[in-house]
Amino acid sequence: MKFSPLKGMKPIDLLNFLNLLAPLALIALLCMSAVAVADWAGEIALESTFYTESPQYSRQSDDANLSASFQPEYYTNWDNRDQSLEFIPFFRVDHQDEDRTHVDIRELAWTKVYDSWEIRAGISRVFWGVTEFQHLVDVINQTDSVENVDGEDKLGQPMVILTSIQDWGTLDFYALPYFRERTYPGIEGRLRTPLQVNTNLTQYESDRGQYHPDFALRYSNYFGDWDVGLAHFSGTNRDPILSPPVSIDPVSGEVNAPESFLVPYYELMEQTSLELQATKGSMLYKLEALQRQADSGNHNAAVAGIEYSFYGVSGSFADLGVLVEYHYDDRSENAPTIFEDDIAIGARLAFNDAQSTELLAGVLVDRSTGGNSISIEGSRRINNNFFVELESRLFHGQSSSDPAIAFTQDDFIRLNLIYNF
Amino acid sequence: MKKLYSKPLIALALLLPSLAIAQGDISVAASDIGSASERGLEIALEADRRDLGWQDQSANMTMVLRNRTGQESTRAMRLKSLEVEGDGDQSLTIFDEPRDVEGTAFLSYTHALIADEQWLYLPALKRVKRISSSNKSGPFMGSEFAYEDISSQEVEKYTYKWLRDQMLDGRNAFVVERIPQYEHSGYTKQIVWMDEEMYQPVKVEFYDRRGSLLKTLVADQFQQYLGQYWRTGRMHMVNHLTGKETTLTWTDYEFQTDLSERDFDQSSLQRAR
Repeated sequence: MKFSPLKGMKPIDLLNFLNLLAPLALIALLCMSAVAVADWAGEIALESTFYTESPQYSRQSDDANLSASFQPEYYTNWDNRDQSLEFIPFFRVDHQDEDRTHVDIRELAWTKVYDSWEIRAGISRVFWGVTEFQHLVDVINQTDSVENVDGEDKLGQPMVILTSIQDWGTLDFYALPYFRERTYPGIEGRLRTPLQVNTNLTQYESDRGQYHPDFALRYSNYFGDWDVGLAHFSGTNRDPILSPPVSIDPVSGEVNAPESFLVPYYELMEQTSLELQATKGSMLYKLEALQRQADSGNHNAAVAGIEYSFYGVSGSFADLGVLVEYHYDDRSENAPTIFEDDIAIGARLAFNDAQSTELLAGVLVDRSTGGNSISIEGSRRINNNFFVELESRLFHGQSSSDPAIAFTQDDFIRLNLIYNF
Repeated sequence: MKKLYSKPLIALALLLPSLAIAQGDISVAASDIGSASERGLEIALEADRRDLGWQDQSANMTMVLRNRTGQESTRAMRLKSLEVEGDGDQSLTIFDEPRDVEGTAFLSYTHALIADEQWLYLPALKRVKRISSSNKSGPFMGSEFAYEDISSQEVEKYTYKWLRDQMLDGRNAFVVERIPQYEHSGYTKQIVWMDEEMYQPVKVEFYDRRGSLLKTLVADQFQQYLGQYWRTGRMHMVNHLTGKETTLTWTDYEFQTDLSERDFDQSSLQRAR
């Protein structure tokens, strides 16, 4: 799914970026010209990022980066809306990181609806969960981690979903015949691991590699103000174990681990998970918990949070939402995640004006080390088609065991200008 | 943490506009407060009774927001609703414009006096979120309509008092005061002009928490469907405090198209578009 049209080139100036943009613009133009004759929608986004410090690792690009993305959407339905087809390709070109220049099919799926069941087949995305800072139990889709460090962007996953809708709840059965590898920034990319991840040498526990069939089952329902999700996933863990490649010297038998890059290893796992939300007036109570079993060990993790909204703050039309979450992982310092014993605090101010102006601030603090990351986001509509987002992330005082230690010189401010059509 | 709560508040308890109230026993003495309440309630019950049996309906709605300087912005959405016997209606709203919220959908199960159940679907994340329904008085989509102005109007949501009968634009209307009984209302009272023939509100004055006139709503371009149900084609709201205005235009009303509860569940919310 990934392509690098200019492999081997190191595009370092704006002119080269514009060259990169050309094929994207061509695709955009072709799709837009089709808008008139079909049900196309979508967005074009121009992203500029400014890093406040010089890079931590050699070959990482310096202070500013430009990037553009294009995501058209096609949708059609027939059979009295009981059947539909959805197609959402995604294209990104990046000025400095050639591994961030990539193409994906987010959706290419057919859906048929019956009285008490539904089938969806193709490439698609599925979301499980209730919490905000981390999507702990969300396991169907691989993270498109070159898009953003927040892990919100997902790669399209080939799947067949059978959904049974009954009085006692909804049952989803997932068959996932093909595995998507996580995307990683290239050697020039910021916000990456100290050593580059070499995805050409990816290893799998299963002999069938990416073709190991994965399955999942999820029950969901609501009972008054309680929403519940209970799921089991059996298959390839979407989170790889990253380690330097190991070679054994055939003569001396000595183990060599040249630390020049990392190789992803994808284990098989069994994951059982729970999602719970209670909606009590302006207060929301949320819980996500999971248990994973794998050869490398079993572990438990959980997120619990509360969210409260103040409506019409001090006589205005603005709403203020505040949120506190606690993130726990029983592997503690060995957890390959930043959420192992962390408290997250967030606030969202929505002005409820015609431009939907919003401010969002969040801080994630490691309880044992005090290391923290701060995010500040603002967004505002310009008109019916244009939308602007400002995002900043700051990383502070991470300990050596915290994966986010690699980002301490990657504080950034990012401006996203989005054209929706 | 991007899209932390991702615009949950574009949510609305939006239903098709059947702001209800109605006629009672004309012989009741208007001076008698008890009778005035009874008559007010009877008008509301009659309006409710006349609007029973539509089963399901759908319509398109365009919303034009105008600020004091005349600057306009537009929202467009499609609405479906299902009549539920003995309870509030269920509704599904699908947003088409502004384009940045395209594909967002909102599912609401309204109840008379207990909290409504509401879910929001965010297409960028393919996420369904259960949201709080406590925000009654906030602006819907930045407009001059509050959520409570456009949510399903159940008789039990208010207490009523008939004030007088009055001509409005050459038509007879009952003038009824109603006081919200649900939690979190932004109003101390509303004065409703209920058309005597259609049993539909043609004008509503909204009084804020300090008791002063905040907004005035005028509804017109009514049409009758299935020989029974009157629906407005245009609703115009003026905010006297800010000078801002919002005009809702309703088109493509359809009734009894065989929608069922299955069209108002979380699966249909996720594929509504």
